[in-house]
Amino acid sequence: MGFFIEVLIGGLLAGVLYSLVALGFVLIFKASGVFNFAQGAMVLFAALSLVRMMEVMPFWLAFILACAIMVALGWAIERIVLRPLVNQEGIILFMATLGIAFFLDGFGQTIWGSDVYTLELGVPKGPMFIMESLFEGGILVDKLDIFAAVVAGGLVLALALFFQKTKTGLALRAVADDHQAAQSIGVPLNYIWLIVWSVAGIVALVAGMVWGAKLGVQFSIALVALKALPVLILGGFTSVPGAIIGGLIIGAGEKISEIYLGPVFGGGIENWFAYVLALVFLLYRPQGLFGERIIERV
Amino acid sequence: MLYREAGQFKTTYAADQAIFPILQDRLGTIAILVVAFVGVPLVATEYVYTGLLIPFLVLSLAAIGLNLLVGYCGQLSLGTGAFMAVGAYAAYKLITFFPFLNIFVLFALAGGIAALVGVLFGVPSLRIKGFYLAVATLAAQFFIDWLFIRIKWFTNDQVNAVAPETVIFGHRFGTAAERYLLALVIVVVMALIAKNLVRGRIGRAWMAVRDMDIAAEIIGIPLLRTKLLAFAVSSFYCGVAGAMWGFLHLGAWEPLTFDINRSFQVLFMVIIGGLGSILGCFLGAAFISIVPILLNQVPAAIGVPIDTALGQHLEFMIFGALIIFFLIAEPHGLARLWQVGKEKLRLWPFPH
Repeated sequence: MGFFIEVLIGGLLAGVLYSLVALGFVLIFKASGVFNFAQGAMVLFAALSLVRMMEVMPFWLAFILACAIMVALGWAIERIVLRPLVNQEGIILFMATLGIAFFLDGFGQTIWGSDVYTLELGVPKGPMFIMESLFEGGILVDKLDIFAAVVAGGLVLALALFFQKTKTGLALRAVADDHQAAQSIGVPLNYIWLIVWSVAGIVALVAGMVWGAKLGVQFSIALVALKALPVLILGGFTSVPGAIIGGLIIGAGEKISEIYLGPVFGGGIENWFAYVLALVFLLYRPQGLFGERIIERV
Repeated sequence: MLYREAGQFKTTYAADQAIFPILQDRLGTIAILVVAFVGVPLVATEYVYTGLLIPFLVLSLAAIGLNLLVGYCGQLSLGTGAFMAVGAYAAYKLITFFPFLNIFVLFALAGGIAALVGVLFGVPSLRIKGFYLAVATLAAQFFIDWLFIRIKWFTNDQVNAVAPETVIFGHRFGTAAERYLLALVIVVVMALIAKNLVRGRIGRAWMAVRDMDIAAEIIGIPLLRTKLLAFAVSSFYCGVAGAMWGFLHLGAWEPLTFDINRSFQVLFMVIIGGLGSILGCFLGAAFISIVPILLNQVPAAIGVPIDTALGQHLEFMIFGALIIFFLIAEPHGLARLWQVGKEKLRLWPFPH
């Protein structure tokens, strides 16, 4: 039992990390209907910027500068890519974000270098035992994962406050609800998209920070986005809570399946298990767990 | 002036339904075929065959397969690489069991197996739509990747699958020129079939489903059959392309040849070429397979020494930027560009 709970908690904590990446997808899809495949590249770019600037300046300054870079990036994407493509079909926008992903992967590694950089955040790392009174030998968790979970929780709280309590947040929700109606009552769409891409950029920075501290800042971080996709379809493209819950389900399912089903299949199933899990959920709810109900009219 | 159809009257039903109704199109197609079959073998070198022409032809075929699914039937798929892998490994296993199989039969069977797998992964499309479906097809991609890496039976316990030499009726297809001609024949025939497929009843049904599947269902198009047929035909084309990629292009390959990057590459070809256009598949394949090669040559050509890692990153950057540029310049792809060009050519060089 103790072992099972250990696996479960490990999975849930890993799931939080997926949620962090999936959050960025959700924010952009909700507000602009763009399926932003470049989120993974943004995570890599943000992490690279942060870690390379930390070499020459203190953390807080590097963090602020990295935020500024991500905002500038969001602005550039909105100006250069999205504005000329307004009103195009979803698949064209999706392709454009794939182009952005290619560009950012190359650009980030050109200016910041392509080695593996260790990111020292000054937070505790390494394994520790919890609930030793409850189970024999306690439960092994990584301190960094706990830190990541706290960061993710804080981020979601901050986003929730931003969306619910500020005027800009209200405008964002209006745009997410109905583009045309929002525009007709005077919400400037371009400005909203700029905000959304900036927020997604900062979410990417936080995700990159946590993933970078865990794996080291390197190219494979960009591939984490592929892990976030099943989270996304499971939770629904348009739901922030969905991204969190989806992440937890995928993380836990992945770890449990790897321990208990992995030996049967010969291992390495974590690459596709999440997708199949999400697919099975989708067959029951085609819009994901918390996605908006799909209503089709002829 | 060059493209005037004035004076070309269609006096029979057959002429009205011709695949190339305009004389200039017919002449142009014949000219391209003559160049491809006769002109190219006269001048091409070994490198041009193996580095440019054969990959271009095979990827065009894969792009046609994907375009049938995405461009005509509207089902977004990111699993092209997986279906190509199924075709390649099916051909590989079949030839180990039946070494006497004719290569055309072999490719057809491999395509058939890929079609079955395609139908299997197409079933969710009945319930899941749009980007949800796109991500769901990634399940096929990752599952099949894993299958060919982990299950040793598919690869005969080898790391690389090695294709035997292609032999048809006792003739060995050893040189690059012969392999090119073989690929060309297959691609031309299959492109012709695809062109006719999308002009007929099946193609119309696909397009109706693409434009709005509920409306299509109401006017009496069976969704189940139409969507699954699209997946089957598309996977058949991708499977044949995969088998050709292994047998005619690489000769020996590892499972990673058909990873997700291959899927994206083919999808780029379809989008840059033009959704819903067979000609676009060729234009897109030419663009996407030639641009990286050109980008590779540029630094050396202008005499700037760049180390390989940096060169690769710059290549990524420029490739991404080019894709964005093309999408902005012409979201409907190179095929639309050609259409616009044709309109211009009707009057040119006498604008009034």
